Amino acid sequence: MRVLRETLDSPNLTTATKRPRSRRSSRVGGTGPLMAPAIGSLIVWSIVPTALTLWFAFQGYNLLTPPKGFVGLKNFYFLLTDPGLPTVLLNTVLLVALPLALTITLGTGCALAYNGVFYGRSVARLLVIAPFFVMPTVSALVWKNLFMNPVYGLFAGISRTFGLTPVDWFADWPLTSVIMIVTWEWTPFATLIILTSLQSLDHEQLEAALLDGAGEFATFIYIVLPHLARTIAVVAMIETIFLLGIYAEISVTTVGGPGLATTNLPFFIYSRALLGFDVGGASAGGILAIVIANIVMILFVRTVARQL
Amino acid sequence: MRIKQRQILRRTAVGWLLALVMFFPVFWMAFTAFKTELDAVAWPPVFFFKPTLENFVEMQDRIDYLGHAWNSIVVAVGSTALALLVAAPAAYSMAFFPTKRTRGTLLWVLSNKFMPAVGVLVPIYLMLISVGWLDTLRGLVTLNFFSNLPIVLWMLYSYFKEVPAEIIEASRMDGARHDQQLRLLLLPLSAPGIASTALLAIILAWNESFWSINVSAVNAGTLALAIASFSNPEGLFWAKLSAASLASVAPIMVFGWLTQRQLVRGLTFGAVK
Repeated sequence: MRVLRETLDSPNLTTATKRPRSRRSSRVGGTGPLMAPAIGSLIVWSIVPTALTLWFAFQGYNLLTPPKGFVGLKNFYFLLTDPGLPTVLLNTVLLVALPLALTITLGTGCALAYNGVFYGRSVARLLVIAPFFVMPTVSALVWKNLFMNPVYGLFAGISRTFGLTPVDWFADWPLTSVIMIVTWEWTPFATLIILTSLQSLDHEQLEAALLDGAGEFATFIYIVLPHLARTIAVVAMIETIFLLGIYAEISVTTVGGPGLATTNLPFFIYSRALLGFDVGGASAGGILAIVIANIVMILFVRTVARQL
Repeated sequence: MRIKQRQILRRTAVGWLLALVMFFPVFWMAFTAFKTELDAVAWPPVFFFKPTLENFVEMQDRIDYLGHAWNSIVVAVGSTALALLVAAPAAYSMAFFPTKRTRGTLLWVLSNKFMPAVGVLVPIYLMLISVGWLDTLRGLVTLNFFSNLPIVLWMLYSYFKEVPAEIIEASRMDGARHDQQLRLLLLPLSAPGIASTALLAIILAWNESFWSINVSAVNAGTLALAIASFSNPEGLFWAKLSAASLASVAPIMVFGWLTQRQLVRGLTFGAVK
């Protein structure tokens, strides 16, 4: 939460706490009723489903068999001893870590390229951020067919032109393929936000460094990168939230396969719940997902906060 | 001067190269949408052809584009309108009548966005069944409303904070009620901010796929779900897939381009402006 606190400490927000209290007691009355609908909705949304997931996780409840009632930790036992779980967890980690590293590297590169003035920059920038607005099912299917199809795909055609054997992407490199698609979808996000932050960099400081004889590389390492640190942390945090939940891209391309090769935690839970009708087992998985999301956020925010 | 000129030319080359690489898949999809199915799979790729609109007609037959587009519009606009209505009074209250708890409340609002959707898939699914909302527009509007409410609330809050408090105060001195301050002052004063908040929420709801795939089908399916049906291929379908994809993506991409600056604030909860 430190990152968020820092966010809240920006001048714009601190004024909130500094405003005179007296204004609250105006003749127009309290503001409780104004807050109630939004806060109430969010309380319901954050508590009811989670509480139910927790409840189901301790129930022997499969839609295909009569309910068995409270079964203690049995669902968790079966979940944690599932021979597929290590693979699933590893896939989940890879599907977060690799796109994260790639999008931030590429995004920083793109942002640097778009920070200077050049011909047609605003149009070029629109083209770069375009992939972010493509819905996940579309980008996954377009990549899978038009580009990665082993016979008619563009990549296969290019390989053949150079006398190489076409790669059967989704059969031989399933996880890599999904990672490529996800990286393409999220690079614009990193670019857009890092670029915004770059544009607030103090130019006089940069010019001073260059005048003092610092090379472009040195200025990047010692001035630009430290300036970007907080923004990159914010990008990483937000992307992590979304990458932990990757689902549609897998659902329309590999359906988690071959075997478990592209099954991450969301897809694993989905197949237990809506394909296996195992309410109890899927809920235990859901609890695992919630716990992991929270651990990641805490670890992440702690690590990041130390650098700030 | 000459060095400067050369630098600009170099930047132009790099910048456009990156743009063309990133945009190429979208371009190729749009290009394929106007080919015949045979041309779509031809190698070497066909670059000169007579554009056909046949795919757009066939996609209507195959996936009922218009029906799904209508569902997408209802879900995106409905959930956004609802979120704005609910969030605006709360954002107004937090921006102009902050209390000791406002900061904590804002952080808590944000933490709701961290909850993994898949963690609550089972109870949501069963609840939708029990109230008869599975595969209904009501169900999808509600889910998108909940999942976008934190972002909408944060964005509105950050735009309302930019309105000088003195104006609001003056109106209060003159006896304006809360709803009057909100409707007659804040609404026009932060109209651009409210508009970009609405656009971002619409974009997010339009592209939302997890809930669409899992809790909707023939009745309430959105475009994200309709496109997913192409994952079970039958015969040659690339041109039709491309046409349907183009028709599903194009409107929202224009929205995204229009609002790109404000997007940064919304997507980072105001952390980067």
